[in-house]
Amino acid sequence: MNLTLKVWRQKNDKSTGQFVTIQAKDIADDMSFLEMLDIVNDDLTRKGEDPIYFDHDCREGICGMCSLVINGRAHGPNQGTTTCQLHMRSFHDGQTIVIEPWRAAAFPVLKDLAVDRTAFDRIQHAGGYVNINTGGVPDANTIAIPKVIADEAFESATCIGCGACVAACKNASAMLFVSAKVSQFALLPQGQTERYERAQAMVDQMDAEGFGNCTNTGACEAECPVGIKLTNIARLNREYLSAKVLSQRDIHA
Amino acid sequence: MSSKSKPLFSSSLGKKLIMSLTGLFLCMFLLIHLIGNLQLFNNDAGYAFNKYAVFMTTFPPIKVVSYLLYASVIIHAIYALVLTLKNKSARPVGYNQSAGSANSKWNSRNMGILGTVLLVFIATHMSNFWWKYHNDQVPYIEYKTDLKTGQQLEVRELTANEFTVYSVQVENGIETVQARDLYKQVDFAFQSLPLVALYVIAMAALAFHLIHGFQSAFQTVGFNHKRYIGCIRTIGVWLFGVIIPVLFALMPLYFFFKG
Ligand code: SF4
Ligand code: FES
Repeated sequence: MNLTLKVWRQKNDKSTGQFVTIQAKDIADDMSFLEMLDIVNDDLTRKGEDPIYFDHDCREGICGMCSLVINGRAHGPNQGTTTCQLHMRSFHDGQTIVIEPWRAAAFPVLKDLAVDRTAFDRIQHAGGYVNINTGGVPDANTIAIPKVIADEAFESATCIGCGACVAACKNASAMLFVSAKVSQFALLPQGQTERYERAQAMVDQMDAEGFGNCTNTGACEAECPVGIKLTNIARLNREYLSAKVLSQRDIHA
Repeated sequence: MSSKSKPLFSSSLGKKLIMSLTGLFLCMFLLIHLIGNLQLFNNDAGYAFNKYAVFMTTFPPIKVVSYLLYASVIIHAIYALVLTLKNKSARPVGYNQSAGSANSKWNSRNMGILGTVLLVFIATHMSNFWWKYHNDQVPYIEYKTDLKTGQQLEVRELTANEFTVYSVQVENGIETVQARDLYKQVDFAFQSLPLVALYVIAMAALAFHLIHGFQSAFQTVGFNHKRYIGCIRTIGVWLFGVIIPVLFALMPLYFFFKG
C-alpha cells in the first residue's frame, strides 16, 4: 500500500521543527510501523536526504525505546502495543498518517521524532532502587511473599519506561510511570527500608522535572503498552501521603 | 535518596490533596443544601423554608461551617487555576493531532471549563439570594398557624415598617411567625427564563463535574479499597451525578412553571 506521512522534522533541540510530507510507497501489510519507517529512510538516504530520526531498539515490545504519537495516539491506534508491535495492517491504502514526537516540557525533542527521556532516569535515580546486598541466588521461598502480592509487584515491574503515559496525558503527567516504579518496591519486603522515603524522593524529582499534575483522566492507563493500572497511582498517592502525614522518616538524617 | 524532601503542600500531590479535600467538603455541603432546599417544594407558602433559612444563618456551628465553605470554594478555584497553569506549561508545544476521546472521557479532560461555569453560577446564585437575604433586600411575611390542627390560618405579606426581627409567638394555641420571605424571593427570581436556563445549564455542568470529581477525589487521597471503591463510583455517578443535580434543577423549573 501507499501512504502519505506527515512527519515532524526538527534538526536539533535548539531549532524549531515543522511537519514535512513524505510518501511511503509499496508498504506491505505485515511490516511493523518501524519497518515502514526503515523503508522510507532507505528511500531518503538514497536520494541523499537526511533520514527520519526515531528511537527504537529491541523491536519486540520489551525495551521501551520506540515512541511516536501516530494520528494523535501514543504508539498508534491499537491498545496494549508499542510502536514496534504495531503493524501496517492497522492502516489502509492511501491513508495520511501524522507522526509526532512525545510532547512534554520534560521530554525535549532531540531530533525529529526522538525525545530526551532522561528525566525518567533521574526519577529512578532518586529512589527507584533498594539498598540491600543481593548476594548469591537465595533459596526459593526463603522470603515468603503471598502470590497475589508477588503478582501485583511483578505487574508493576513490567513498566518499560517508554513514556507513552506522559505523551498521552493531557497534563503530561508522569504519575503512571512513577507509581509503577514505587509500587514494585512498596509491595515487596525487600523494598520496605526506604519505602516512605522513596515515594517522597521520586515525587519530588518528578515535580522538579516539570511533569504536569495528574487529574485522573485515565488516558495513561488506556495508552500504556503493558497495561500498568490506575490502582498504582492510588497506591503512589497513598504511599506519599502516608509518608507525609503519618510516617515521615528520614533514614539518612 | 535525599533525606530532606519538599514540604507536602509545595508538591504536586499536596496541591491535589487540597483539591480533593475541598472538593469532597463541597460535595457534602451539596447534599445538606439539597435536603434543606427540598422544603421549597412544600405547599406552605414558604413557612418551613423561611424558618430553615433563619436557622441556617443564625445557628453558630453552621455559621462556622459556612465560612469554611466559602473558603473551600475559593481555595478549590485558586488551586485549580494554579494546577492548570502548571499543566499547560508541562506541554509547551502541543500535538497537531490529538485523539483525546480515544483514551479518556470528555468531562475528565474539561473539569476546568465545567468548574468555571460553576463559579459563574455560584456568583450569580449568591448575589441573588445570599446577598439579598443578608442585606435586607427580600420581602417580609407573617404566618398564623393553628398548632392543634397544624392548619395554616393566615399568610400575610408585611411591609418594611411592620417587620423588626424574626419572631415566633404563641397565643391561645395560635402561632404567629414573622420572617424574611426568602421563599418569595426565590419564587420571584425563577420567573426569569434566562436565570432558569442558567440554573439548568449549571446543574448539567455540576453533574459532569462530579461524575469525574467525586471518584477522582478518592483516587487522589489514595483510597481504592477493592471492597468499597465500587460503591464510591456508584455514589459518584448516581447520587452526585444524577440525583442531586436533577433535584436542584427541578427547583427553578418548578417555580417557573408554577408561575
Ligand atoms: S507506565 Fe506504561 S506507558 Fe508509562 S512508561 Fe511505564 S510502560 Fe510506558
Ligand atoms: S523498540 Fe523496544 S519496545 Fe519498541
